[in-house]
Amino acid sequence: MSDAKRPPRPLPRIDEETRGFWEACARHELYLQRCRACRAFRYPPRAVCPACLSSEVEWVQAGGRGTVYSFTVTYQNQAPGFRERLPYVLAVVELEEGVRVMTNVVVCPSETVRIGMPVEVEWEDVTSEVTLPLFRPRA
Amino acid sequence: MSIWGEVAVAGVYEHPTRYAPDKTAYQIHAESARGALEDAGLGMGDVDGLFTSGVGPIGILSLAQHLNLRPDHLDSQAIGGSSFVSHCLHAAAAIAAGLCSVALVTYGSTAASERFAIGTGGGGMGDPADHFEAPFGPTIVGSYALCAQRHMYEFGTTSEQLAEIAVTMRRHAVLNPRAKYREPITVDDVLASRLISSPLHLLDCCMISDGGGAVVLTSRTRARDLKKRPVVILGGAEAVRHHGVGERDLLDIAARQSGPLALARAGVRHADVDCCMVYDSYTITVLLTLEALGFCRPGEGGAFCANGRLGLGGDLPTNTDGGGLSSNHPGMRGIFLVIEATRQLRGERGAAQVSDAEVALVHGTGGMLGQRHSGVTLILGRA
Repeated sequence: MSDAKRPPRPLPRIDEETRGFWEACARHELYLQRCRACRAFRYPPRAVCPACLSSEVEWVQAGGRGTVYSFTVTYQNQAPGFRERLPYVLAVVELEEGVRVMTNVVVCPSETVRIGMPVEVEWEDVTSEVTLPLFRPRA
Repeated sequence: MSIWGEVAVAGVYEHPTRYAPDKTAYQIHAESARGALEDAGLGMGDVDGLFTSGVGPIGILSLAQHLNLRPDHLDSQAIGGSSFVSHCLHAAAAIAAGLCSVALVTYGSTAASERFAIGTGGGGMGDPADHFEAPFGPTIVGSYALCAQRHMYEFGTTSEQLAEIAVTMRRHAVLNPRAKYREPITVDDVLASRLISSPLHLLDCCMISDGGGAVVLTSRTRARDLKKRPVVILGGAEAVRHHGVGERDLLDIAARQSGPLALARAGVRHADVDCCMVYDSYTITVLLTLEALGFCRPGEGGAFCANGRLGLGGDLPTNTDGGGLSSNHPGMRGIFLVIEATRQLRGERGAAQVSDAEVALVHGTGGMLGQRHSGVTLILGRA
């Protein structure tokens, strides 16, 4: 899905708190962070568990499947990296693991996107280090 | 020590400009400060508390210099467009606690003449969560549109019901000579305007204007001897909503926490509220806010906002100046909510006066519904 001719989207900063997530994305694997102490998932990832304050972290592979929780077809965005892609679908997808993530739904006409639609992860390699988890319809 | 009912709004001023390419934001702050102090019958020498936002992280220091103030109390709470409502809440606490005696809240912006693309520009990358959102292109309107789409899905809310809110705000603006947009519009006009981010159309969105305003607060006792009939802060509360550890609920907004708390602190019931001034960044903001404040049951906002209920003469006149959808929106509109509520409670609104207005509810939203946002509720009443 990468398109070198288009200006890049804003790219995430990869740091100590988030490296486990983005390195997995670069391998085309979706991993969620979980607290070793209290077993709670947390997204976005962060170093300290806000529930039990533990710093013990584990990374759990997610299935990459979910459903559209909400979406909007964006027709206007002046920012470089997006104005060339209009219209695009901004969405919140509820993963089967229960976490809701902001993303784009791609590989389908925007007018076919519906809340409740089953989707699966679709990788967009943006740079050699950054791959974004997008979603596409699944049967 | 009690706060509620002890602190009054003594002076208000809405800057008349909607487009001011030759003015600076600081000039609009200063002109608004002058207007509100004149309205109260006070001078700069009386001010010992300064409150502002939208001037940069430590811009309040520059504003103090610009106004040549050396106040005993400073507060540049920055939680988005609701900040100025929060300033009034904090000023009430500060005055009641004796930290200052005359609080000046000012706002100034030249967003329109600087051509800021507020609603449809790119997102920032300053905070940790931005790195998991901005790469996917959430504009501000897009973030609110996610909420609107979900509300439609769960409750059958329609674009026509949202459009009625825009039509009502425009009807109010027709009565406001300073409003930026005064041509009446219909539901069909809203639906025929282009989609910005589905399901929100151009006329579901607030404008970008220049402008500013100021509010002066002091103790109710002192306000009694000033120029205008005092309006007291009967109660108030603030809250924040975010996505926690991934449990994003697009319809759970901060007003659900701050609204009931503010009403309880004021000892006011919903039926006692004569008019509402709520942040109308988008039509969906009004619907979700009134619903979360408890004026109707969850899911019933669409029907509640229709049939003229929010218009002058309706059960709950809302945004009687035309709001951000039709009067003005320089980027952070909270201060105008307090100003218009005060004018209504003083009985100064002429053709747009709510008859026998005794209690007004103000609710400011800051940041973005759908992402991270603040909500601040104030209950104002005649002294």
